[in-house]
Parts: sequence; structure tokens; C-alpha cells
Amino acid sequence: MTTAETDAARADAEAGATAPRSAAGNPIGFGRMLRKEDARFLRGRGRYLDDIQLPGMLHGAILRSPFAHARIAAIDTSAAEAHPKVTAVITGATLESLGLAWMPTLSDDVQAVLATDKVRFQGQEVAFVVAEDRYAARDALELIEVDYEPLEPVVDARRALDPDAPVIRSDVEGKADNHVFDWESGDPARCDEVFAAADVVVRQDMTYPRSHPAPLETCGSVAHMDPVTGKLTAWITSQAPHAHRTVYALVAGLPEHKIQVISPDIGGGFGNKVPIYPGYVLAVVGSIVTGAPVKWVEDRSENLMSTGFARDYHMRGEIAATRDGRILGLRVDVVADHGAFNASANPSKYPAGFFNIFTGSYDLQAAHCKVTGVYTNKAPGGVAYACSFRITEAVYLVERMVDLLADELGTDPAELRMRNLLRPEQFPYRTQTGWEYDSGDYPRALRLALDMAGYDELRAEQAERRARGELMGIGLSFFTEGVGAGPRKHMDILGLGMADGCELRVHPTGKAVVRLSVQTQGQGHETTFAQIVASQLGIPPEDIEVVHGDTDQTPFGLGTYGSRSTPVSGAAAAVVARRVRDKARLVAAAALECSPDDLEWEHGRWHVRGDPSQGRTIQEIALLAHSSLELPEGVEGHLDASAVYNPPNLTYPFGAYVCVVDVDPGTGRVAVRRFVAVDDCGPRINPMIVEGQIHGGLADGVGMALMQAIAFDEDGNCLGGSFMDYLLPTAMECPPWELGETVTPSPHHPIGAKGIGESATVGSPAAVVNAVIDALEPFGVRHADMPLTPAQVWLAMQGRPARTDIAVW
Amino acid sequence: MQTPAPFEYERAGSVDDALALLERHGPEARLIAGGHSLLPMMKLRLARPEVLIDINDLDDLAYIRLDGDAIAIGAMTRHAELLDSPLLAEHHLVFREAERVIADPVVRNRGTIGGSLCQADPSEDLSAVVAALGAELVVRSRTGARTVPARAFHTGPYETVVGDAEILTEVRVPVRPGAGSAYEKVERRAGDWAIAAAGTFVTLDGDTVADVGIGLTAVGAPHFCAPEAEDALRGGPATEDRLAEAARIAAEHTDPSGDQRGPAEYKRHLARELTLRALRRSVARARGEGV
Ligand SMILES: Cc1cc2nc3c(=O)[nH]c(=O)nc-3n(C[C@H](O)[C@H](O)[C@H](O)COP(=O)(O)OP(=O)(O)OC[C@H]3O[C@@H](n4cnc5c(N)ncnc54)[C@H](O)[C@@H]3O)c2cc1C
Repeated sequence: MTTAETDAARADAEAGATAPRSAAGNPIGFGRMLRKEDARFLRGRGRYLDDIQLPGMLHGAILRSPFAHARIAAIDTSAAEAHPKVTAVITGATLESLGLAWMPTLSDDVQAVLATDKVRFQGQEVAFVVAEDRYAARDALELIEVDYEPLEPVVDARRALDPDAPVIRSDVEGKADNHVFDWESGDPARCDEVFAAADVVVRQDMTYPRSHPAPLETCGSVAHMDPVTGKLTAWITSQAPHAHRTVYALVAGLPEHKIQVISPDIGGGFGNKVPIYPGYVLAVVGSIVTGAPVKWVEDRSENLMSTGFARDYHMRGEIAATRDGRILGLRVDVVADHGAFNASANPSKYPAGFFNIFTGSYDLQAAHCKVTGVYTNKAPGGVAYACSFRITEAVYLVERMVDLLADELGTDPAELRMRNLLRPEQFPYRTQTGWEYDSGDYPRALRLALDMAGYDELRAEQAERRARGELMGIGLSFFTEGVGAGPRKHMDILGLGMADGCELRVHPTGKAVVRLSVQTQGQGHETTFAQIVASQLGIPPEDIEVVHGDTDQTPFGLGTYGSRSTPVSGAAAAVVARRVRDKARLVAAAALECSPDDLEWEHGRWHVRGDPSQGRTIQEIALLAHSSLELPEGVEGHLDASAVYNPPNLTYPFGAYVCVVDVDPGTGRVAVRRFVAVDDCGPRINPMIVEGQIHGGLADGVGMALMQAIAFDEDGNCLGGSFMDYLLPTAMECPPWELGETVTPSPHHPIGAKGIGESATVGSPAAVVNAVIDALEPFGVRHADMPLTPAQVWLAMQGRPARTDIAVW
Repeated sequence: MQTPAPFEYERAGSVDDALALLERHGPEARLIAGGHSLLPMMKLRLARPEVLIDINDLDDLAYIRLDGDAIAIGAMTRHAELLDSPLLAEHHLVFREAERVIADPVVRNRGTIGGSLCQADPSEDLSAVVAALGAELVVRSRTGARTVPARAFHTGPYETVVGDAEILTEVRVPVRPGAGSAYEKVERRAGDWAIAAAGTFVTLDGDTVADVGIGLTAVGAPHFCAPEAEDALRGGPATEDRLAEAARIAAEHTDPSGDQRGPAEYKRHLARELTLRALRRSVARARGEGV
């Protein structure tokens, strides 16, 4: 057994020892169990958006702009309207007359639902056809004639603020440039002092190119405005159904109680399904106009070309240190490409997300970052693909800078990290940019990762191979994440605070239903949340139904993104279960005719302290709570509770990753040979699900580092509009993952859990890139931007790595 | 879901039937074999045939068999069958090595050799393989059959000599006793089209290169082959220097275009590197070395 396996086995044994098993063999609490939802998924019985069929349902299709930047001179829809199967054709002009041509984004900007004045990115929505079937709708798009007058596009983010750059947002009165925002964090003066006094300063420009989460299920909606009841039912591929409903109410002026948003089974989201897209709004408008339900589902190219992308950060990093390897300060200047509309889903106070966590896992004396958001003629978005609100970019930056520093100092990168990591006794630790890290034992995690990898032997092997002309690289990354937003006073979306409700009801026979505001996209919520409740109440997880994704059925909350489900809604579930347990104690005391203070809780049962035979199980108590038993004054019957959890702080998962690659010197091809990932997300509720999340994120990291990017040519044409052009990694590119864990609970979370949904995506790209750059050391390569395709690696070996955000051939 | 433009559908029961249907429906009709090239293009509405003539019932065009001094491969033979064929592996390992890196199992289970060659994608792997091996292609029409050398089959990107009312029925690969062959491909990811690829065979007479074939794809090599390099190598000793010189010449005659897979200079570099690697392994195999 590898170290990883022994570790996993030990952890399981511990969890298994603490959690008793149900009759069905599941842990009543934490531990491995098969996912409850998989029974329907594996049988093909999931109910996804496109499975929804309603009587009389019509189908919508969107006409999209072939140009990145063009004025719309005229649109002629007459031929499309004459198509025998077409029911309605909607243009920007139609929407303008309804006051619906523009909608607010989640970042306090506006976005065109359908273009009116001009188009601002290739793939932008221009017209919407509603027809009897999908084929007819698509056929009719070809009958619409649009007269475009092409304009010069802004493609290169670094040139967007040039004085002669064309102005994209002519819709904004008085707008004379492509500037979105400037945002700073940290202390620039203090940074200047520290940098001036440092022995060594290393600088590097690097781009984290635009990528796309590419969920296998694309985005879509079925909207049904019932003309009789005036109620809108909207099935939407949404990670945040409640936020969507409230925004609909605010935007469209529809009464919120007459809107039901249902998010059915979701085939992957990764942040791509947080924003509100024009297509969702168009489905609603289509239903209002035709009086029939309207389904709109985008195709693959539409998804890749028009919906929420990720990254596109152009960074200049500087790191300062003493000659003997003490890191002193970090500075970074960023140009953030937000596309044509600022539609990233960030909390209002954080226009660059949590990027200012870029100080990473190190004890610094000073830090400063400045982020400038710019408009370009590209699709809007930016916060997606498991990025933890831009922490992916931040971790990549700092972990590349640390490696560049190690190179400059001639120090081993593991040694340099070990020397500068925060020490356990420094927690809670306040960073130079104001974050308070809750808990951590960083050296222990790094030590474990190095041991599992056999770091010293790997370095020895590398030296031998280099002597033979072979290119082997070893890359490290150490990351700290901040997940689980709020607290609500600091974090919101469009003024809606990030706190989550939860309701729990125990039925008379001891079965339970828990209702949550967050929505799973494949992460296994129906299992994890059942296990959380089970751990607090002693009810087997198979007896607990998890209800989510329907605003009429669940309490308010902001949804699943930024790894917030377990940190926020998981906490809410634990809190609400404890409330039920407390109430159960009063009921048990009444039944046992003793004082509640005399009762002790063990394995799902309240019993008299010192006399375990005198007790009632939670199931017995549930029945008693609904029975004719006389309850003490002030104790209402039934067994239920609700809670709203407002997190006091983020939780801070962390991890240490080691990647080993081999590079073919003749072709530049990279093979990832090994990947060791030690993650600390606090206690693991279901270790199998946690490992699945890590596996997925590591694959993302390999994809990002080696093949995924959406580049644009000089005309602003999107070069990543299909899976032939935008490559997702396959099992063939992924080594067998070697996982290890340490467990450092969050002190402020009810069950100590920190969230794991994005850790591996955040932490792994830097490890892969660091490994490849390390392999190329004999060629004097310091840096090359992702994706490190064979061509890019070869160019780097020739001393001229290319830009990967724009077409360069 | 991507939706193609409207089309009619016919199902051919035999080669003659297919030919009759082609003639009846004219130039806007297209044969459909595995559909793995045609359907994606139709879904993107880059291809808009008015009629599809399905030839998947033509089981009599699915075979790999020894026929005199050639291996005859029916046009409807699937990639997966080429990959698994012991006969092809025994004579020309280049087939198996190429098939291993063409697309993925789903595509290989449906995609056919006929469709691959007729699609004439400039990055098609099998085009390089048949060009390297000097195969001949049998094309049938209502009036009879003609045989076209692989190196004269493709007339340009996505263009072949197959006429509107013709069908490619068979690929004939010469058996070359003692030949060693190999395929080398670099792609960005498993299942992706080649950035560049080279397939070669070598037969030896003692240490002299008796015959050699070099096929190249995705690098703009005319007719997917490198005759100048073959001429330079044929008839002399199979030394590393001469293999390298042949690879250099092969690369010199390519005309790659830059795209997201890489700049032209890189592709030309790969043409050289991969030709050299394929030649080395072909020679070693011809010498009976297990590589
Ligand atoms: C995801 C993916 C990855 C791929 N990767 C690769 C790769 O790495 N390397 C590679 O080489 N290929 C690759 N391909 C292409 C694959 O090999 C195709 O299946 C093959 O090229 C076409 O074969 P088909 O039978 O599917 O042809 P079809 O799509 O059915 O037909 C293609 C064309 O050939 C014509 N045609 C078909 N059969 C005949 C015939 N007998 N006579 C005359 N005309 C005919 C059709 O009319 C059509 O014009 C990939 C395809 C996909 C979808």
C-alpha cells in the first residue's frame, strides 16, 4: 500500500469507528457510503432540463453575431416570420419596446439581452425565434437578415486602455474608454519600503488564459408563464435558484411569490451556471409573447462562445526576498479581461473576487495588488470553473513567483516553501491584505506530500536523467483557499447577503426531510447533507430526504459556488439538526419524567445519565412529539426547526501538491507521470465524495496547464468554440492520483468542515506548470504561459514562448 | 443540441443500389458511412447534403483479407477492425500504430477506412498510412471499376478523384515481405487530430534500403508523401545519418500552415523529427529487432 492508501484507510477506520452503521450498512454520520443520487443517475433516470416536456411546449433558438464588434444597421425578420412553424421572432427592438433589452448583471453592470445598437462579441445574442420544434427554430434563424457594419474590435486586453482603442460600451453615457474598475488591496507604501530594502527582487509577467468550465450539460431554460394564474414557472440550469428568482422579480417587475424557479438535476456547473443569461430571459419573454411554455437549450458552441468564461488575468508579479531565502513581500499588477459586459458574479465589495488572497500560504511583511478591469470584444464572465472567486489566479501567481524566486536564489523550491510557510502557532493569521486564516498546519501537509512523492529520490532521479539528456520535472504548489462566503455583511450578490437558510422536519416515524437553498450540480449533496444531519441526529442517511433546487420548496439562500455548500449550508444543516436534537431532549424528558438536564445524548438516543437503559431513540421521540403525550409548557409538538446560517468568516482549506512530468525533448510533448495531492479540508464527511471532488479538480488542473484555453484571432473570432478546438483532458492525460490528507478542523464551523469543491482546481495548475518549467531548466526557460501544449513547450525550448490568449501564427 | 439542415434519407442495400441512388439524386446527395466526419459538419451546417445515402448495410464491403500479393480492405471496414486485425499487424504494424492514436473508441467503432480516405481531411492519419505503403484504391461506378494509386487519390484538401456517382470500394495494400513499418504522431491530447504525424515502411537488402515509403499528414505534404526523401534513402545503407538526411528532406518539402495546434515552423520541425523516429523504428523492425 502507498502512504496515501494507508492514510486513507486509517482515516476511514477512524470515521468508521465513530460512526455506527445503519441497517442498510451506511454510516450514521461521517464515512464512506455510495451516493444516494447515483441510483437514478446510473439508471439514466436523472431528470435534466432537456428532459422536461410540457404540453404545447414551443422551442426557442438564438441568432448570434458572427462579428466581434459591429453596428447593426437593420434586421429583417419577415422571411423567418413567414416560416410555417415559427410562432414568434423577437429582436432587440421588440425588447426595447418592453423595456427589456438590457438586463442587470450580477456585477452592477448591464448586459444586452438582444443587441440593439451594436454587437460587442462574437456569439452575442441578436434575435430569438420561437417555433414548433427545435429544427424549425434553427432553420428560421437562417432566414433572418442582419445588416452589420463591422467595427474595429478590441481583442488584446493589454491594449484595451490605449487612448486610440475603440470604445466598446457606447451604450453607457459619457463612456470614453474601456475601463471597468480599479481595485487595490494591501499597503503600497509599505511594499515600496520592503522591496527597496530586499536583497533580491524577481519580476515576471504571466497570463492565466481565458478558459471555460464546459459543463457536459449546457445551459438552458423552460419558461411557462401561466396566463390564468399569472404564475411564472422557470426550470433553469441554475446553481443559485433563489438568487435567480429575486433578480427576475427585481428586473421584470414580476411579483416574487408568482415566480417559481426550479433547478432540476444539473449536469455540471463549475460556476458556469451562476449568471443569468439572455437565453433564460428570452425563454420567459417567449412564453409571455406566445402564451405557451418555451424551451431554450444552447448547443455546445453557444455554451463555449457566449456563457461565463473563466480567468483571463494578465498579471505582473514581483516578489522580494532576502538572499538567504526569507520572502518579504509580494506585489502584483493585473489587467483583468471582463469581456464586453461586466457580468462576473462577484460580491459587490470584491470586483476582483478574492484575488487579494494572493499572499498565499506565506508569512509576508508587505503585499499589494492592483487590478484593473477592462472591456474587450469577447464574451462576458470571468468568475467560474471552480476558481473560488479568483483564488485560482492568485494561487497560480504566488506559486509561480515562489518557484521563480527559488530559481533565482538557487534554492530548492520545497526548501524555500518550507522556510516561509506560516507556522501552526501563527493561526488565526491575519494576512497583509486583511484575510483572517482560521486554522492550518502547513508544514505538516507539505512534509507529507514530499514524503509520499519521495521527493529526494525524485530529485536524484532527475539529476541522473538530465545527465542523459532526458527532461524530467518536479513541480510543487502549496495553496490556501478562502471558501464559504459570507459573512453577509461583507459579501453579497446584488445586495443579497450570503447567508443560507435550512429547514429540517422529522416525520412521526423518525424519517426526515431537510430543505436547502444550495443546489447540487453533481457534487453529491443528497448524500453529504443527509450524512451531516445523520451525524447530529442519529437518523440513518437513507432515512433523510434532501430537498433542493426548487424555490417553492426550500428556504432562501444564495446558492452553490465558491465551495460554499458545505461551509455555509452544511453548517446550517448541522445547526438545524442540533436545534431538533435539543427539542428532542425536552420531549424525551417529558416521556421519561425526568429533567432534560439529566439526559445524555449518545448514538441517536437521549438516555438518563448513568442509566442507559432509560432512554428514547430519536425515532421514538419523533413519534412521541406527534403523539398525545403531554409536553411541558412552552414546548410545541412535532419535531422540526429552521435556521439561517451567517458564517462568521470564510473557511480556509489548504493543500500541498507535487507533480512529476516527463517532457519529450524532440517534440515538446508533456506527460504527467505522477501527481501527489495532500488536501486538508477539515473532517471529511464522505471521504469518497471528497476524493471524487479532488480527482475532478486535478484533471481540471492538468487540462488548464496543458491544453485548455480560448484564444481569439485579430478579428475577435473565438478560437475555442467546439470540443475539437477547446480540449478537455481525458483519462489518458491523467496519472493515477495519489491522495493524502491532513485534518485541521475549522474552529468556527459547527462540524469543522472547510469545503473541498475547488481546492484541486485552484492548487493543481501551478504544480503542473512548475513541473514543466523545472523540466525545461536545461534550456534556461524561466516561464511560459499556459497552456503548455507541445508547440508552446517547443517554442519555450527555443527561447520564445508565445502568447496564448491571442492567435500568434 | 446542434441541429442539421433538412435532408432526405435513403438506405442502400448493395453497391449497385448505392450507385443507382447516387445517380438518381445527383451531386447534392452524399454517401454516409460511419458519419463521424459528415455528421459533425452537418450539425455545424458546414455540410448541407440534400440526400443522405446510407451504406452501412453494405456488409460485403467490410473485410480485411489476403488477396494475391495484396491485403484487400473493404471500404466499410471500421477503424476498430483495422486496429484489431492480426493480418495487418503481421504485415504492416504501421496500421495498428496509427489506429491506436486515431480518435477514440467511440469514433473507431463507427468510422470507416473509406470515409476516412474520402473525407480527405488534410490531417487524416490513414491517408498518410496508405500513401506510405503505396496502396491502390478501387473506385466503382455504374460503368465499372478503376484503380487509383493512393498517391493520386487526393486532389486537394477535402477533395478526391471520386466522382459524384462513384464509390470507393476497396483499399489494396501491397504485401512487402520483410518490411518494417511504424507510425509516429504528436497530438495535443489523446483523440485529437495530429499536429503532425509520419508513417513509414522500410525493406532491407542486407544493410541496404531496398525500398522505403514515407507518409506525412497535417503538414501540407503533397499527396501525403515524401518521394524526394524516399529517393534519397533508397538504395543506400540504413545509417542514422542517412535516415536523418531523409527526414530533413521530407520536412523541407512540407508546407504546413500555422493554427491553434502550433506554428508552421514547429510543424515542420515535427515532420522531420517524426519521420526520423518512424524510419528508425521501421529499420529496426526490418532487421527483426523487437521495437
Ligand atoms: C472526435 C473525433 C476525432 C477524430 N480524430 C481523428 C484522428 O485523430 N485522426 C483521423 O485520421 N481521423 C479522426 N477522426 C475522423 C474519423 O476517423 C472519421 O470517422 C473518418 O475520418 C471518416 O469516416 P466515416 O466512416 O465516419 O465517414 P463519413 O463521415 O460517413 O463520411 C465522410 C465522407 O466520405 C464520404 N464517403 C464515405 N464512405 C465513402 C465511400 N465508400 N466512397 C465514397 N465516399 C465515401 C462521405 O460521403 C463523406 O463525404 C475523428 C473524428 C471525430 C469525430
